Amino acid sequence: MQRTLFEKIWSQHVVVDKGNEALLYIDRNLLHDGAFHAFTALAKEGRKVRKPRQQLATADHYVPTRERDKGLEAVVDADAREMIRLFDANGAEHGIRCFGMNDPQQGIVHVIGPETGFTQPGITLTCGDSHTSTHGALGAYAFGIGASQLKQVLATQCLWQKKPKTLRITVNGVLGAGVTGKDVILAIIAKIGTAGATGHVIEYAGSVFRALAMESRLTVCNMSIEAGARAGMIAPDDVTFQYLAGREYTPKGSQWDTALAQWRALPSDEGAAFDREVSLAGNAIEPTLTWGTSPEEALPVSAAIPDPASFSDANKRAHAESALRYMDLKPGTPLTDIKIDRVFIGTCTNGRIADLRAAASVLKGRKATVQGWVSPGSTTVKRDAEAEGLHRIFEEAGLEWRASGCSGCAAMNGDFVPAGMRSASTSNRNFEGRQGKGARTHLMSPAMAAAAAVTGHVTDVRTLLGGR
Amino acid sequence: MKPFTKLTAVAAPFDMANIDTDKIIPARYLRKLRNTEAGYGPWLFYDMCFDANGKERPEFVLNQTPWRDTGIIVAAENFGCGSSREGAAYAMLDWGISAVIAPSFGDIHYANEIQNGMLPAILAEEHCAVLRAQLKATPGSSIAIDLETQTITGPDGKTYRFDIDAVYKERLLKGLDDVGLVLQELPAIEAFEKQHHEKMPWLA
Ligand code: SF4
Repeated sequence: MQRTLFEKIWSQHVVVDKGNEALLYIDRNLLHDGAFHAFTALAKEGRKVRKPRQQLATADHYVPTRERDKGLEAVVDADAREMIRLFDANGAEHGIRCFGMNDPQQGIVHVIGPETGFTQPGITLTCGDSHTSTHGALGAYAFGIGASQLKQVLATQCLWQKKPKTLRITVNGVLGAGVTGKDVILAIIAKIGTAGATGHVIEYAGSVFRALAMESRLTVCNMSIEAGARAGMIAPDDVTFQYLAGREYTPKGSQWDTALAQWRALPSDEGAAFDREVSLAGNAIEPTLTWGTSPEEALPVSAAIPDPASFSDANKRAHAESALRYMDLKPGTPLTDIKIDRVFIGTCTNGRIADLRAAASVLKGRKATVQGWVSPGSTTVKRDAEAEGLHRIFEEAGLEWRASGCSGCAAMNGDFVPAGMRSASTSNRNFEGRQGKGARTHLMSPAMAAAAAVTGHVTDVRTLLGGR
Repeated sequence: MKPFTKLTAVAAPFDMANIDTDKIIPARYLRKLRNTEAGYGPWLFYDMCFDANGKERPEFVLNQTPWRDTGIIVAAENFGCGSSREGAAYAMLDWGISAVIAPSFGDIHYANEIQNGMLPAILAEEHCAVLRAQLKATPGSSIAIDLETQTITGPDGKTYRFDIDAVYKERLLKGLDDVGLVLQELPAIEAFEKQHHEKMPWLA
């Protein structure tokens, strides 16, 4: 029987099969500083972490991105300070390796997983965070869980799961200049909707994904959850293996050869059946951004704000009406007429080195006309970027170069966009209030965000690329 | 966990589709410990409840007198999409809401409701729409839910059958704890681990 990538991984991890439910083994679990509810529950029930070596933790959501070196005492917000303190304490108590606030390997959980090689093809990976779908870019089955299920993974390394359905999204063709993984995934979500993949695991297939660098694949899989998917996956190939080779957690020597042989057998078999299929033409995808308050409210940069009255679905119409009120936008306005007040480059979606290079190549020798900041996805990315001099390009353009963390993505650490301000953001959610109360978010690629920084309004980055 | 069997309570209509968990509880409240009596209740739907000056928005359904005792929400498509924050389930539960009726849910939030002994009942949008219209026509009216028979009785006495997977139904009816259910399989887990890690020793 031909099997999909997902089915192969699933069947290799079923401990007990009860037909309508399976006990699934979890190879690796990632933790961040928002995991305290799970630890509190664990302590209350008097349970231990069963496999500390199969955990890796990092402080990201609550850490400050300024004056990090001043340490915990300098964290102004008392609640955030307590979160970071609890994080260190829980890690120490349970013998879990933790990248604390000032660890040289600290970073956003979905950046450090791939970066350390903790994330690998063929494994099951969980994290108490919806964007765990990111890790599927390396050919893992990775999914987000809540605090109670996180407690279960810590206590047992297993979860009772119902088998999700499969959806293959094929994008063939070649992407044009200035079009990135972010544009591809925004175009996909615009097409299938935020509930388009609910209950499904997406496998991204086709020449466009084969040609994408690992960073862009991670961006695509990261936003699978914005289409409602349980997980997103890309079959591992030479791009994957080259990315992983030599990383800290990846097998070495003869174990590397064993692993490689196993990983090469993972891609979906020719003719394997998926529960659903969707396809898009890669050549037709333009730089894309969101205009509303749901990731599905996205359009190519050449488009104009749609008229909600033209939507046939009543729920979508109502959502679009309220989105335009919140965003203070009028139907018919060309997207390129939207004025921008703030620029935020970073996050687990677009905070990797290739993302920073793309933004820097637009900003080089230019000035930003609006305020903004760049927060690298990890401290390792920060070091790499500084070694290449990218930080100087950002600073010379007038943007702030900050320490690594979730920062303005969910604004939990105090880095927020003020109410009423409009932000060009490389993050993954444009929900009302996501970047701060009353903040208006337009999601776009790092290159597009850099272009908006230069002109002060939404701009087709391709007009700024000449010769770059 | 407390078993969920039957519930009759005031139900509130939420017309908007795609209510994400950032709406259910804004991220800035997630850094609070849930160690007070009120728990996460005070922050439920906070930015829909209150305006920028902290004043109640009178138009928000839960701020209106008949719905201050809401125990059930009747929502539209894709309720609880977005962030995995279990704080969304805590906030509803701590506020007094223990069942949500909707045509579809975000996967992770659905699991979080189950884990907290709440009922996420799946009912076709056309029936949800009828219920929401009735609840608006008679503010403060109640809905009755019987998990055993998988039925919802609306304010007009009409009964609908809702969907829930058999395994989740059993967990809720018995108030079973998942960690306990997993640990019953410990010998199988250990045997699995042994052969799995022989094949992939670098993962142990
Ligand atoms: S960067 Fe944003 S989406 Fe990613 S883990 Fe942090 S808060 Fe979540």
